[in-house]
Amino acid sequence: MEEELKYKLISDFKLLESSLNGEAKSPFHKIRQDAISVFEELGFPVKKLEEWKYTNLSNITKNRFRQFLIPEKINLTFEEVAGFIYPEFEGNIIVLINGHYSVKFSKIVTQKDGVFIGSFSEAREKHNDLIQNYFAKYADYYRNSLTALNTAFAIDGVFIHLEKNVTVDEPLLILNIADSREENLIAQPRNLFILEEGSSILMADDYYTIGDHPFFTNSVTEIILKQNASLEHYKIQNDGSNAYHIGTIQVEQERDSRFSNTTISWGGGLIRNNLNATLNGENSESHFFGLYLLKDKQFVDNHTLVDHAVPNCNSNELYKGLIDDKATGVFNGKIMVRKDAQKTNAYQSNKNILLSENAKINAKPQLEIFADDVKCSHGATSGQLDENSMFYLQSRGISKVEAKILLMNAFSSEVIDSVKIDSLRQHLHNLILKKLGK
Amino acid sequence: MITIKNLQARVEEKEILKGINLQINAGEIHAIMGPNGSGKSTLASVLAGKEGYDVTGGEVTFEGKELLDLDPEERAREGLFLAFQYPVEIPGVSNTNFMKTAVNEVRKAKGEEPYSAGEFLKLLKEKAALVGLNPEYLSRYVNDGFSGGEKKRNEIFQLAMLNPKFSILDETDSGLDIDALKIVADGVNKIRNKHNAFLVITHYQRLLNYIIPDFVHVMYDGRIVKSGGKELALKLEEKGYDWIKELEVTA
Ligand SMILES: Nc1ncnc2c1ncn2[C@@H]1O[C@H](COP(=O)(O)OP(=O)(O)OP(=O)(O)O)[C@@H](O)[C@H]1O
Ligand SMILES: [Mg+2]
Repeated sequence: MEEELKYKLISDFKLLESSLNGEAKSPFHKIRQDAISVFEELGFPVKKLEEWKYTNLSNITKNRFRQFLIPEKINLTFEEVAGFIYPEFEGNIIVLINGHYSVKFSKIVTQKDGVFIGSFSEAREKHNDLIQNYFAKYADYYRNSLTALNTAFAIDGVFIHLEKNVTVDEPLLILNIADSREENLIAQPRNLFILEEGSSILMADDYYTIGDHPFFTNSVTEIILKQNASLEHYKIQNDGSNAYHIGTIQVEQERDSRFSNTTISWGGGLIRNNLNATLNGENSESHFFGLYLLKDKQFVDNHTLVDHAVPNCNSNELYKGLIDDKATGVFNGKIMVRKDAQKTNAYQSNKNILLSENAKINAKPQLEIFADDVKCSHGATSGQLDENSMFYLQSRGISKVEAKILLMNAFSSEVIDSVKIDSLRQHLHNLILKKLGK
Repeated sequence: MITIKNLQARVEEKEILKGINLQINAGEIHAIMGPNGSGKSTLASVLAGKEGYDVTGGEVTFEGKELLDLDPEERAREGLFLAFQYPVEIPGVSNTNFMKTAVNEVRKAKGEEPYSAGEFLKLLKEKAALVGLNPEYLSRYVNDGFSGGEKKRNEIFQLAMLNPKFSILDETDSGLDIDALKIVADGVNKIRNKHNAFLVITHYQRLLNYIIPDFVHVMYDGRIVKSGGKELALKLEEKGYDWIKELEVTA
């Protein structure tokens, strides 16, 4: 099965090549060729690989998918797209449909000099030097076949470049729409964010599906934070149960930089979020927050790596899950503290509430510490809603259902509160009450 | 108001309540005293409907209804309130949101409209003032980081908000300093009237100087072994429980 999909994608790659003219000889395309050969060699990850132990991709690979090679005509109205944008949002909007930037629906309002927020394909023309310098330098496609697959099909996505000391005042909302109304499709957006020294932006990456065919997103985002740059990044997964999502975010951090990610997963059939940060400059910090609200047979695997390569850096991870029905959550969090990385502070916590007998969590913290003067901690818990709290609430006249909602909402709020776009945070607080059945 | 007949209950196979009989009428205040482990909190928990207690015999009628057939929230909506000996901390739920949900759920059960935001805030302020709760605590998470005394005061605040018919105060006085004790007792005295009733569990006669009981009962080993007027509390304070235990042995 997976062999079949593999060769289908390799033949799609040949189609891509035949559509290229002069570009076929460009250094950029050389990387793509290199990447497809890695993918051909490695194939889809299988469960016997340690990093994929808990994630079974056969539900994805049993399907046939077609890769969009050029942006195709999509039958979507402004009203339909607007329906995915939460009403209180004000700022820049980028709409990616099946991984391709939609000029029609995107709207960039920031007018500042030194800001490029736009499509990856456009950036290949306007910022070829930056692409040459940064593309595929951080997300390692030699050892990860899905990153290789994405790299081979790097066609479009979001590109951001902020020049030195530029603060983007308006937040950015990236709306990823998977259109699976007509056929099985694979989208492979490729994003590259380069924040030069002292620049900053807040952004949200929002995922939606329309239609019922299986849809496979395999995205890769490379983020480079130069000295004292700051990125607030939120990923909100609202996909349908027919959607499979494998997303890799690779962050490279220089001195004094700050990265914060909040990933909220309450939709989607199978999700694997790889979030890796390399702290490569002293005094940099990384914060990862995650919330997963799972039901039916959903599967979400948050797979994180914080690599402390130099001294005096801080990292903090908090992942919380409410798991119901036959859903499964996985938290695999690796903290690496290299020999030189003295005075590292690295904390990790994973808390789960299992709401049904068949709900499952696999938590696997991994600490690899080679320095001696560090503060590291990790903890994983799983249990039910606290009985004493339930009784306390009920004893005040609150029904069991309502008491559960109060407690689940309280449990989740800690993660939602990490979101710094005010309108988004408020929206998420309202949305979660609906998700919890209110 | 409430009639308890021969109530027996076990926890994890251990018999704790061994036949409790108690009748409390509207307008009355009853106190229960008794040594540690005699079953006072167990009685309170069974009446409030906590899970994990096995009622093996007896019955309880509350305002004409079979209390033991009701879920905890139904008991609360019928007008039963328990001020906990050990109030629970619930981080993430604000006191205000908690009370708003509770008050409106109780109103809904009575077929009443939920309070408007304005009405609710007015009630909140009024009752906080009544029990001397600093309004700052309303926006904090339920009991989260509250001192022992603050938690107890918060219980009485909730009582004032819900205006129950029958309230059980389980050692509300322990952990309160003298001033707080007076304020809380004062709050209870303002709330008490001829339509409601209280069951006050305490170890100290001092509380009963402020909340004056009509009856005092002594609980020992899962039974009420002696009942009397408020002077019984004084006698216990003076003589301890040994004479009660002897009473039990000779009986
Ligand atoms: N969940 C439980 N499991 C086992 N034993 C229990 C449980 N709950 C109560 N008990 C036991 O039941 C007995 C009565 O406890 P209870 O808390 O009702 O006493 P109390 O009269 O309120 O004491 P205190 O004055 O110390 O508050 C004690 O021996 C106690 O250990
Ligand atoms: Mg007790």
